Amino acid sequence: MEAVTKLDVESIRADFPILRRRIGDRQLAYLDSAATSQKPVQVVEAMRRFTDHSNANISRSVHTLGAEATEAYEGARARVAAFIGAPSPDEVVFTKNSTESINLLAYAFQNAAFDPAADPRFKLGPGDEIVVTEMEHHANLVPWQQLAQRTGATLKWIGVTDHGRLDLESVAEVVTERCKVISFTHVSNLLGTVNPTSQITARAREVGALVGLDASQSVPHLPVNVAELGVDFIAFTGHKMLGPTGIGVLWAKADLLDAMPPFLTGGSMIKTVTMERTTFADAPAKFEAGTPPIAEAVGLAAAVDYLDELGMENVRAHEKELAGYMLERFETVDGLTVVGPRVPIGRGATVSFTFADVHPHDVGQILDAEGIAVRVGHHCAKPTCDRFGVNATTRASAYVYNTREEIDRLVEALGQVRKVFG
Amino acid sequence: MNLDELYQEVILDHYKRPRGFGLREPYEGESHQVNPTCGDEITLRVHVDGDRVADVSYENVGCSISKASASVLYELVHDTTVDDALARLGEFTELMNSKGQSEGDEETLEDAVAFAGVSKYPMRVKCALLGWMAFKDALVRAETAIPGRTDG
Repeated sequence: MEAVTKLDVESIRADFPILRRRIGDRQLAYLDSAATSQKPVQVVEAMRRFTDHSNANISRSVHTLGAEATEAYEGARARVAAFIGAPSPDEVVFTKNSTESINLLAYAFQNAAFDPAADPRFKLGPGDEIVVTEMEHHANLVPWQQLAQRTGATLKWIGVTDHGRLDLESVAEVVTERCKVISFTHVSNLLGTVNPTSQITARAREVGALVGLDASQSVPHLPVNVAELGVDFIAFTGHKMLGPTGIGVLWAKADLLDAMPPFLTGGSMIKTVTMERTTFADAPAKFEAGTPPIAEAVGLAAAVDYLDELGMENVRAHEKELAGYMLERFETVDGLTVVGPRVPIGRGATVSFTFADVHPHDVGQILDAEGIAVRVGHHCAKPTCDRFGVNATTRASAYVYNTREEIDRLVEALGQVRKVFG
Repeated sequence: MNLDELYQEVILDHYKRPRGFGLREPYEGESHQVNPTCGDEITLRVHVDGDRVADVSYENVGCSISKASASVLYELVHDTTVDDALARLGEFTELMNSKGQSEGDEETLEDAVAFAGVSKYPMRVKCALLGWMAFKDALVRAETAIPGRTDG
């Protein structure tokens, strides 16, 4: 195993001009990376260089720019594939975001319902089951809920314990022989829990179900290797991992992508077209109809370079330390209750909490006045909030550029909240 | 940012001691409104008697701004004419959409002018308007429920 070294946070921060911003007369403390991360100059510069120097549409033109753009876009695909340990770049589909990645998959099932020749793995109907968990972001819940409603399949879920962990003891009971697909979050965006995957993937194999991860909150924060995880698909998004908005990824095993009907149809995804019918290109092109986010792919590749340079083991270690520090400091705050695991084991540096009776909106507003950016609300995980009997939470989430001092400021500012609403 | 401007004493007072809180009978119109971005909720009932808003009753969960706003709404529109209540609704909505450019008329809006500062915070305007949207909706429902008022 690679030796873990500390991140040089000072020099990392120098790459993020936005961190020098002031909010009113306070220095910004950005603790909302679980919503979206900030972007280093390297990413912005790579996109600018591409746009200024090589911009053209891809896979169409024979001119020099067209060739350069195609090379940059396909190079980004290879870069991302290597980053997640995918056996082939062709298994990486670029989408708009995680939500689209998961919909792409859900629609493969739905579209298979209309195709008598469809692969039986994607055939869903009454009696079949889809399994998620009670800690999903709406992005990995609603598409499956809709799919179940439209096909007559049943949606089931693995529950969550009071400590914010998956109720793994129920896996064998929830995942039955009738299960066709399990899609679950790798790291919870609300609770910060890092879910162990092996028990669920093993059960999926046992019952012959497809299994995959919403990796939106894991790929940015810890080493993710799809081969080691032994899953069939993962979805994640560029903007949470130092990259731009507008680009996401669906990785799926080649034989699955081959068997899946396309989601969006149109230009760039075809083999031949007549007025009567169309044959489709091979994956990944089959799933990338229309002009894709080319500059964004270049930006994402630069983000991956940046993270690789830091080393994902180091990123994980840095965040583990910050998570531990945050939990330790939160313990000392009267009236603060952490929603999610309270120990820095099997969790990331995303910590949700309630604070006395003060509504998170009001907490967030006072923190903003101190220059501290956190997320407040239900975090697109309403059923998870319901599970813990809260309407909303305040959520602080740290990343590579955050410091202990910023957490100190957060804790201090909570005193201010108490002063106003106490 | 000037927090005192947003969290005025008047607002904090209405938040801590909401006026008219609770759901009451009788009522002709009821509305349930949700702010999907934060999960804040209000259920609000309107009791119309002739051309008067005889009572407004409500239960809500939410932030200080949304709760205080519902309390101020109660004070302004209960036991007043429907026409006056609609006028206050128009004025308050206009104040919230003023982006900090209006101070509001204290003669008519009373405590509600304390919300002028909220209009500078686009993320909070929805909080302030939640109860008022419920009132507007409940009033429409009440008017359709009462024979003879549907064309009014």
